[in-house]
Amino acid sequence: MADLTVKFAGITSPNPFWLASGPPSNTGGQVMRAFDAGWGGAVWKTIGEPIVNTSSRYGAIDLNGVKMMGFNNIELISDRPSEINFREIYEVKKRYPKNLVIASLMVESKRESWHAMVRRAEDAGSDALELNFGCPHGMSERGMGAAVGQVPEYTEMITSWVKEVARIPVIVKLTPNVTSVTHIAAAAERGGADAVSLINTINSLMGVDLTSFAPRPVVGGKSSHGGYCGPAVKPIALHLLSTVAKNSRIPISGIGGIGYWSDAAEHIALGASTVQVCTAAMHFGFRIVEDMIDGLSQYMDDRGFRTIEDFRGRAVPNVRDWGDLDLNYKVIAKIDPQLCIGCQLCYVACEDGAHQCIESYKDSTKKNTGGFGVHVPRIIEEECVGCNLCALVCPVENCITMKQIDAGEPPMSWNDRVRQSSNTLSLPFPSGD
Amino acid sequence: MPLRDTAPKLSPEAYEKNFAEIAPAMTPRQSAIEAARCLYCFDAPCTIACPTHIDVPAFIKKISTSNMRGSAREILSANILGHSCGRVCPTEALCEGACVMHEKGESPIEIGRLQRYAVDYVLDNRIQLFRAGAPNGKHVACVGSGPASLACAAELAKWGYDVTIFDRNKLPGGLNTYGIAAYKTRAADSVDEVELIKQLGVKFRQKMEAGRDVAFADLEQQFDAVFLGVGLGETWALNLPGESLHGVYGAIEFIEKTKVQPFQEVEVGRRVACIGAGNTAIDVVTAARRLGAEIVYLIYRRGEPEMPAFAYEYQLAKQDAVSFLWQTQPVRVLGYAGVVTGLECVRTQRGSPDSKGRRSAVPVPGTEFQIDVDMVVRAVGQKPATEFLKSITGVEINSDGTVKINELHQTGHPKYFAGGDCTNGGKEVVDAVADGMAAARGLDAWLGSPRSLKR
Repeated sequence: MADLTVKFAGITSPNPFWLASGPPSNTGGQVMRAFDAGWGGAVWKTIGEPIVNTSSRYGAIDLNGVKMMGFNNIELISDRPSEINFREIYEVKKRYPKNLVIASLMVESKRESWHAMVRRAEDAGSDALELNFGCPHGMSERGMGAAVGQVPEYTEMITSWVKEVARIPVIVKLTPNVTSVTHIAAAAERGGADAVSLINTINSLMGVDLTSFAPRPVVGGKSSHGGYCGPAVKPIALHLLSTVAKNSRIPISGIGGIGYWSDAAEHIALGASTVQVCTAAMHFGFRIVEDMIDGLSQYMDDRGFRTIEDFRGRAVPNVRDWGDLDLNYKVIAKIDPQLCIGCQLCYVACEDGAHQCIESYKDSTKKNTGGFGVHVPRIIEEECVGCNLCALVCPVENCITMKQIDAGEPPMSWNDRVRQSSNTLSLPFPSGD
Repeated sequence: MPLRDTAPKLSPEAYEKNFAEIAPAMTPRQSAIEAARCLYCFDAPCTIACPTHIDVPAFIKKISTSNMRGSAREILSANILGHSCGRVCPTEALCEGACVMHEKGESPIEIGRLQRYAVDYVLDNRIQLFRAGAPNGKHVACVGSGPASLACAAELAKWGYDVTIFDRNKLPGGLNTYGIAAYKTRAADSVDEVELIKQLGVKFRQKMEAGRDVAFADLEQQFDAVFLGVGLGETWALNLPGESLHGVYGAIEFIEKTKVQPFQEVEVGRRVACIGAGNTAIDVVTAARRLGAEIVYLIYRRGEPEMPAFAYEYQLAKQDAVSFLWQTQPVRVLGYAGVVTGLECVRTQRGSPDSKGRRSAVPVPGTEFQIDVDMVVRAVGQKPATEFLKSITGVEINSDGTVKINELHQTGHPKYFAGGDCTNGGKEVVDAVADGMAAARGLDAWLGSPRSLKR
């Protein structure tokens, strides 16, 4: 049976699953119910000077009947006084000593204010601190949140202030709303951060009501940009996570689009030690962690991984610059005529949207149960560039597969070609001007 | 004269429950979920399978994007009777039968119900999608107001023709109004749908039977062309002794009563025998049961495998607890004092296959038996309206009684065009619509595709 306990910057979590700082971790009651459900830790809803929220404040994008593919919010940090939050942290830790409570903090950018807040969080019994340098809306206009996290110097400075007094691990939460997240991660590391977490939410506007022309989520006919999250953001999170994992020496807590154990496993494979979840818990409740734990354990058992550390970061070396990819690696599409249902989505996608390598059906020798012809298209193999599009649009699992073929050439990347040609005459491509 | 014994009367609520729509309208949520399931196939099999080639993925996509008007336009421009087709088409044998979802191991998209959902939107909101074309100065008469005539008239009106429909019935719509099981569609639904054609300026002359109330010679004189969408004639006779007894009805006659009379006023025997096993026979036996008949027999000289009714129609009759007498042939109708009291039948066995490969049914001597019934309904198909059609000089008739037409749907008399059951021998509503539209194109071509008059 796999051991899911994680050592993270000197603290131990019963499992890698933490509630991310957000509405689900707003109160002691919620956090205790989450721990009862199995969550290993919870990053408390960010504590600071209490704010006033708008109504409404959440928006979502549904796709073909699937609810909340993408989600956003214009909610601010905790609207409850910090003393209540700290008292509840104290109570929760007393009852759940093994589960981690991480206090997320955001205060005005003054050294003494940060010092005071850090001490209060430690006194309440927090296991670690997470510095919210990422909140993209509302707080950034007041010189906090992303206003700090978008400037490496500020990030480094405030991190170092916190580290001057902190005795517990300090995690810096990174915003994706920057040109290069690695610069901010490096700044946090220079400031003494014990770990980083990423990503915070992405700047977004959820849509426009086409009757009233009010953007969403609507607040009295108006709206404001908010933080985007949910399943749709996972690819962005994984990319940023991989760049930080390649360049950073401190532990990482992965956040962004995690709804299933496999999402968590992907974050771990790209370097995360723990993962944080918010939207999925907002959608389905704390109970989702049961299958996250169960599914991850099963996966690790199946693969022979005893601990998280056994596969953490395994995918990182495989994330490469495009120029390192083998240009002589070839795949072509294969359609299984037995499985093909004749929708011809592959045909029209390839014809109109890709490289014209699929031929529409010629005859319908295959019949469905009612005797109607099934229109099986044909891959023109000699034309197929192996782009994947047909396999991606095919609604039948395993009907279109990409098969590797022997290109008859040894591996050769773009960088290899540049290196070779610079030894001979000129670059293989003419220069741009 | 009353029947010997009639089914006990039911409460008004019971009739309404029995004849409630079997495929009720979809809710917006249901339609959204179902529309989202559609894969949006390219060169879609459903569209190919539809006789009117409605672009099914396109109209379903438009439901998904809440473009309801566009969805209805997509349907109705291909098939002006898209609403009733959505209700009464044998979709299992057409679009839904061809749906790729079968191969995927999922239930097919409910195309018929989605189609009805989209068209309901424009009918319920009284949205006019089409307008008459600018007049081209040509006048066309359509004889009959069933699906073929309505489709032909609508097409012609869009192109600027001045179209007048002559129909012998009180209500327009033909069999769509009078001949479809009440639990599929009510007469009022069909009449409602005719509004779409009226919106195009088509004039309706109800209770005006061509050849009787208006002479064909007059039509020929007053109109540039005439479309014959007259359907079929009466139900074939069984040629049995006792067939003229009171209580023997034709299927169409019986169904019509359920469409135009209040259910409680439709006379039905306590015990009913229906001869035949086609889709119309299913309409008869289910209607009889739903009207309160206690025992209803469906009598067919061949066996279950040869039954011409669609599988889901058969299923309806089974659910209504109809008794099926397979390999059984009626011999004579029994009566007393001029009224039906029973039916004598004989068992049959399978004989040699006929030209279509169907095995004949050979009566087995000595196996005669009698059943006690109060009403006998003949559902063995309709005769072609040969006599009526022969009264039009120049119109030629095929050996099977259908009207002879060329590729323009033009008859032996160049001014007359024809389509629907009178040319195809009796098919679905959607086939009649396709015919009517094809005839409109043929007629338009023959008249030289006149364009609007400059005024």
